[in-house]
Parts: sequence; C-alpha cells; structure tokens
Amino acid sequence: MFAPIYFDHNATTPADPEVIEAMLPYLARQFGNASSRHEYGRAARRAIDEARGQVAAAVGAHASEVVFTSGGSEANNLLIKGAAACLKPGLLAVGACEHPCVIKPAEQLARRGWTLAKLRVDGEGRIDAEHYAAVIERKPRIVSVMLANNETGVVHDVAALAEGARQSGAWFHSDAVQALGKLAVDFRRLNAAGVHALTLSAHKIGGPKGAAALIVDKRLELEPLIAGGGHERGLRSGTENVAAIVGFAVACDLAVKRQAALAEHLCTLRGQLERGLLGLGATLFGQAAERLPNTVYFSFPDIDGETLVGQLDRAGYAVASGAACSSANPEPSHVLQAMGVAPERARGAVRVSLGRGNSEEQVAGFLGTLQSTLSRLQQLAAMAV
Amino acid sequence: MLKLPIYLDYSATTPVDPRVAEKMIPYLVEKFGNPASRSHSFGWEAEAAVEEAREEVARLVNADAREIVWTSGATESNNLALKGAAQFYAGQGKHLITLKTEHKAILDTCRELERQGFAVTYLDVLDNGLVDLEVLQAALRPDTSVVSVMFVNNEIGVIQPIAEIGEICRSKGIIFHVDAAQATGKVAIDLAELKVDLMSFSAHKTYGPKGIGALYVRRKPRVRLTAQMHGGGHERGFRSGTLPTHQIVGMGEAFRLARLEMGTENERIRMLRDRLLKGVSDIDEVHLNGDLERRVPHNLNASFAYVEGESLLMAIKDLAVSSGSACTSASLEPSYVLRALGREDELAHSSIRFTLGRFTTEEEIDYAIKLLHDKIGRLRELSPLWEMVQEGVDLSTVHWAAH
Repeated sequence: MFAPIYFDHNATTPADPEVIEAMLPYLARQFGNASSRHEYGRAARRAIDEARGQVAAAVGAHASEVVFTSGGSEANNLLIKGAAACLKPGLLAVGACEHPCVIKPAEQLARRGWTLAKLRVDGEGRIDAEHYAAVIERKPRIVSVMLANNETGVVHDVAALAEGARQSGAWFHSDAVQALGKLAVDFRRLNAAGVHALTLSAHKIGGPKGAAALIVDKRLELEPLIAGGGHERGLRSGTENVAAIVGFAVACDLAVKRQAALAEHLCTLRGQLERGLLGLGATLFGQAAERLPNTVYFSFPDIDGETLVGQLDRAGYAVASGAACSSANPEPSHVLQAMGVAPERARGAVRVSLGRGNSEEQVAGFLGTLQSTLSRLQQLAAMAV
Repeated sequence: MLKLPIYLDYSATTPVDPRVAEKMIPYLVEKFGNPASRSHSFGWEAEAAVEEAREEVARLVNADAREIVWTSGATESNNLALKGAAQFYAGQGKHLITLKTEHKAILDTCRELERQGFAVTYLDVLDNGLVDLEVLQAALRPDTSVVSVMFVNNEIGVIQPIAEIGEICRSKGIIFHVDAAQATGKVAIDLAELKVDLMSFSAHKTYGPKGIGALYVRRKPRVRLTAQMHGGGHERGFRSGTLPTHQIVGMGEAFRLARLEMGTENERIRMLRDRLLKGVSDIDEVHLNGDLERRVPHNLNASFAYVEGESLLMAIKDLAVSSGSACTSASLEPSYVLRALGREDELAHSSIRFTLGRFTTEEEIDYAIKLLHDKIGRLRELSPLWEMVQEGVDLSTVHWAAH
C-alpha cells in the first residue's frame, strides 16, 4: 500500500518537524498553566510572550496587537460579533465569497438589527468595484474581505479596498488564513492603508490545529466572545493552549522565511498542472484573476465533482470537491454561485491545493491518473445514455 | 533526588500523561488530515479518531457519544452552556441561579448575561463550602430557566450535591448545567442517573492537553442551545471550527485512562493527602477550608493565621502551590471563594491550596510538611501579632491607631 499524495493544503497541512519539536516540551515537563505564579506557570507565560512576539513579527504587527484564539473560525467570529457589539446596529459589508465563519456571524447580526450587504464579485471572483463603491457610499460600520479565497485562491487587493472604505469610517477586517505563507502579509502596510484587523491560523501554514490569532488595531473596540478569567487582555478567556501557541509561532517564523521560495516552487507546479488541465479540456475558475500560487479550482463538462474526487482518492490522490468544512453539504459552492457559475458546472468543481512537499513528478503522475479516470468516467456516462 | 519546585498545583493544570502524548503525536505528523475533509482518506482517518475519542469521553461519564460537543476548553463550554441555554430558553424566563463560589468562567458569563437583560441570583454557600438545598429551593422563581452549579470546587475541592439539585431542577423543568472541569477522574459521574442537562469538561485538568474540552448536551429529554460560534456547521451546528484532531485524541485517551485508573489512583492520592493533612495539622492556628468529607481526595486548602500571604508564598517557593485559582492569581485580592465561606480577609490572604495528582510522591509530601513547619515557624517569629497572641492578647479587642 503506497501513501496517498496530499493535494489538499487549503484544508489543512501537516505540522512541520521543527514545529512538533518545539511543541513537545509543552506536552511534557513544561506543562504549567500560564496564569500560575510559580515557576511552572512563569515558564509557560514566557513561552506565550515569546510566541506572541514571533507571530507579530511574522506579519509586521506589534505583540500587543495579537489575540490568540482556538482557531480561525473563532478569530473571525470574535471580530465580526465582537466589533458589532460595540457599535450601534448599521450596515455590515462582507465579500460574497467569504468563508462561512465570516458569512454566518454576519447573517446572525442581520437577525439582530444589522443590515447585511454581500459584496458582489465578477465572473472571476474579483470584488465588483462599482458595487463596492456603492456599498461604501452607504457608510458601512464593518467591512470584511478576505486576502485570498480558500476555494478559488483569488487574491483581493485588500489595501486598495481598505483605502476605498476609509471615508466611510468602517472597521476593515481581512481573513488572511489562506494568504499567510503563500503571499507576503504585512499588517503595518495594510494598517496604514486602513485595514484594522487580520485573521491568521496555524494549521494552514504547517502549524498545529487549535491555535490562531486575531491581529487587531488597538483602536478597534471588541466585546469578547468567551468570558471568564480575563486572559488575552480580556478579549479571550480560557487557559492558554501553550503547546499549540508555541507551535504556531514557529510555523509563522518558518512560513515567512520560506514564503518567497515556496511561492516560486508552487507557481511552477501550478503552471504545470494548469497546462495539463487545460489540455484535458478543464475550465479553471478565476483563471483571469490574481490567485494564490498553490490553488487550482476546475471542472470538466458533464463530470460530477464528488465522483471524480472519489475516483482520484482511490487512485491515491487526496483532493477536495469544495471547502473542507462544508464538504458534507451537497449544495454547490457558494463561492461559485456568487461568481455566476451555472449549478451544473459548479457541481463538477474539484480543488487541488499544493504544498511544500509536492513535486513536479507528483503533478505529472496526477495528470496521468486524471486523464485515465476521465476517459473511464466518460465511457460510463456514454453507456448510461 | 527531589526535583524542585515540587508541583502541588494539579487543579491549575496537570502534566500530559506520557501515554496521552504518545497517542497524540501521530495526529500531528502523518495522520494530519482535517476531520471535515470528506473526500479522502486523510480526512476519514482523522474523523475516525475524533469519533473514537468522543466515545471515550462519553464512556467516562456514562453518556451517549452523540451528546458530546467538542470545544476549546471548559471556559468555552461554560460560555456555550450558559449563554446558549439562557438565550434559547429566554422565552420561558430570563432568570439564572448560580453560586458565589463558581469559577470565573461562570461568574463572568453571568455578568455578561446580566448586561444582556437576564437576572442572575448568586447564592451564598454554607461555611463548609456546600450549597444549602433549602436556600436553592427558595431562590427558584417561576421565570428561572437555568441553574448552574459546579461539581467540584476548584479552590477547596468540595463536591456539591449534584444529584439532589438535578431532581429539584428536573421537577420544575429548569435546565441544569454542571461545570465538571475539576471532577473528571476524581468523582464517579453517571449521566444516566444524574438529572443534569449540560456538563462542561476540560482535558488539561485530567492529564490531557490544553486547548480542548467538551460540553455534554442531553438528548433525552432533548436540550437545545443557541450556538455561539458560527461557520462551517461543525459539531452539528453547536460549534463551528476545524477540530484539532491531536488534542481531541489526547482528551479521549486521558479520559479512557481516568476511567480505568481512577479507582486505585484516588485511593493512593487520598493517602498522600491525609498524610499532608496530618503533617500540617500540628502547626498552631491552622484552619482548614471546606468540608473534609464531601471533598475530592486531591485537595487540601489551609489558612495559616498570623502569617502574611505573600511572604508565605515566597518562603515556600520550593512548593509550586497557589493561593487560590490560577485564573485569578494575578490579582492580589484574597480569594472570593474563601470569603464566601466567611473567612476574614486576613485568613483568606494566608491560605494555600495544595492539590495532589498522579505523579505526587510520598517523598514530596514529606518534604512539603517539613518545609511548612520550618517556614511558618520562622515567619511567625518575625510577626508582632503572633507575639501578642502568644502573650495571650485577644487581637479582636485591640484598638489600632490609624497612621
């Protein structure tokens, strides 16, 4: 039995050996509760302080701007609901292609007196500039647009969007979970452009699951989601997950150090993959937009995405038919719907997201397998007619 | 050779049992899939591990695995339980009841609910730390929707009468939540018997990792909650967010070990605690806090009169102990739990919580006893108050001059 090849790095990534090594002491003798005043506790506190500095440095933020959370979903919930709780209900604008952990909290607020505007995208998944300007005219109080989309990999010019929103006085948030490690992410530059908060997550960049951060401008007032003890400057209570936080920090260091070389490597692989896919007759979603170097989202006419993904899994390639957390949901992707992709086309969607461990040989092997799988599925479809 | 400082703060957190850590590591390395990935074996493997761990957590407390919802820890579980139930059942009433001696995760959440328009009654406890059932009965109102009482107190280790409170709440159709963060592995919990609707768990107080906890949500009769974290709809919509597989596997293993070993382990720990109790009992003017019978064997909380609290902690820094709960230890305020028992500030200030655990040894306890005798003796030699007490002055009759 050979190990399957992992092409689903936007769902999660394996933890880097250096990350695991850094975490292990905190699962063993360095087990203190960071709130305890004795030496065990102080050692844990020092580890968290150091990690906070590392995470901040990775995105050009200040340590005091980092709020650790249990994951990206929590950080996004904290920002959307926490900021809203400190404001009078008004207009809230989020990208139509945002992750559910931005859209669902926004929809919750819409049931409590807020007006929700979903920012339209064009056929390539880019924010529709005209609609955006019109929404900003209506003076939203909160705007959230992700740096890069998890399904299509489409990258938004968040600095320009934030500049455009500045006159409205809105708090501007960007979910950078998929961008970190694949693009350069500089909070100081974004902050200067009017971005007030960023969401980062460890397990998408070779860190452990269970740690993430909200990077937040101190002027942005937040109501905590989780009360009790006043950890994280009162913004997030609960005993700190020291091992995961330490692992997150090391992963951030590595991600920044490797980002440029990794992006180049991934671009090469993506080019190879896309040429092959186009040769086989695929449609690439968001092809004309600026995209992450690792993400390719495609479909073939009359081929069901779930079926294709299942066949590929059996042949030893782990890919996704949509976002991991809604894989159970048979509805076509909300991202493709927002892009105006016809439902029958959207149901064929398959996502390949490449990572550090992937190679040209693996991509070549995948294309070969895909070709034979496709012709088998097409034969079956022809027989069924 | 003894390793110093000696860890006697198992209620703040416990080390991860090496057997637990060993089970966790493969899920960081080769079995790293996202349990929500439904399209490949990496995801299925992770999901299977998550479900196996869910069974283990359920088994420790005799619940159904489908009643277990993963969270990031007991603090989040407590927030989800109280806010989720209060908000969902707000139509039936907006009054909650809890105790003054609950953990901050409950008290701060109740304060937040008060800001949202709910009323909360904070009950006094008896001098021994236990709730008076008649006081609880009397506090019930027609609009009471939720009662929250902790199973085991984190500072004094007393075990509240959960079965009796459950009967009262069930008979009135009131949702009953129990914070069991300090109870798992220490007291037997049978959710088929107890009439508890919601119960919070933590892994890191029971030799599992930090960053993972769970909330038990009863299915029969069915308890509903308003979700507090929205997104991909994980955990049947109760709690969205990628599940941290390795931490969940760790919690499952930690709870499995607790189920298998708690019987013998608790007897060993009780022997050690009793040895410590006997060792400190012959120091003059030692006051024990909390009921000694209805109490977990892991906890001893003692006040050493006529010794100043901060100096005491400094003097015994070879012992990693705490003066209260870790979550409030940054403040120099005396413990609100001890004050609720009627201890004056002075005594509350000079109190030490000793909490023993799986890796505590007899040698460590003997060292601690000797150290306490030496240091308390020395500190009292320096205390003018102690000198007056020795001379027979009743301090309560002394009129102090203001400076």
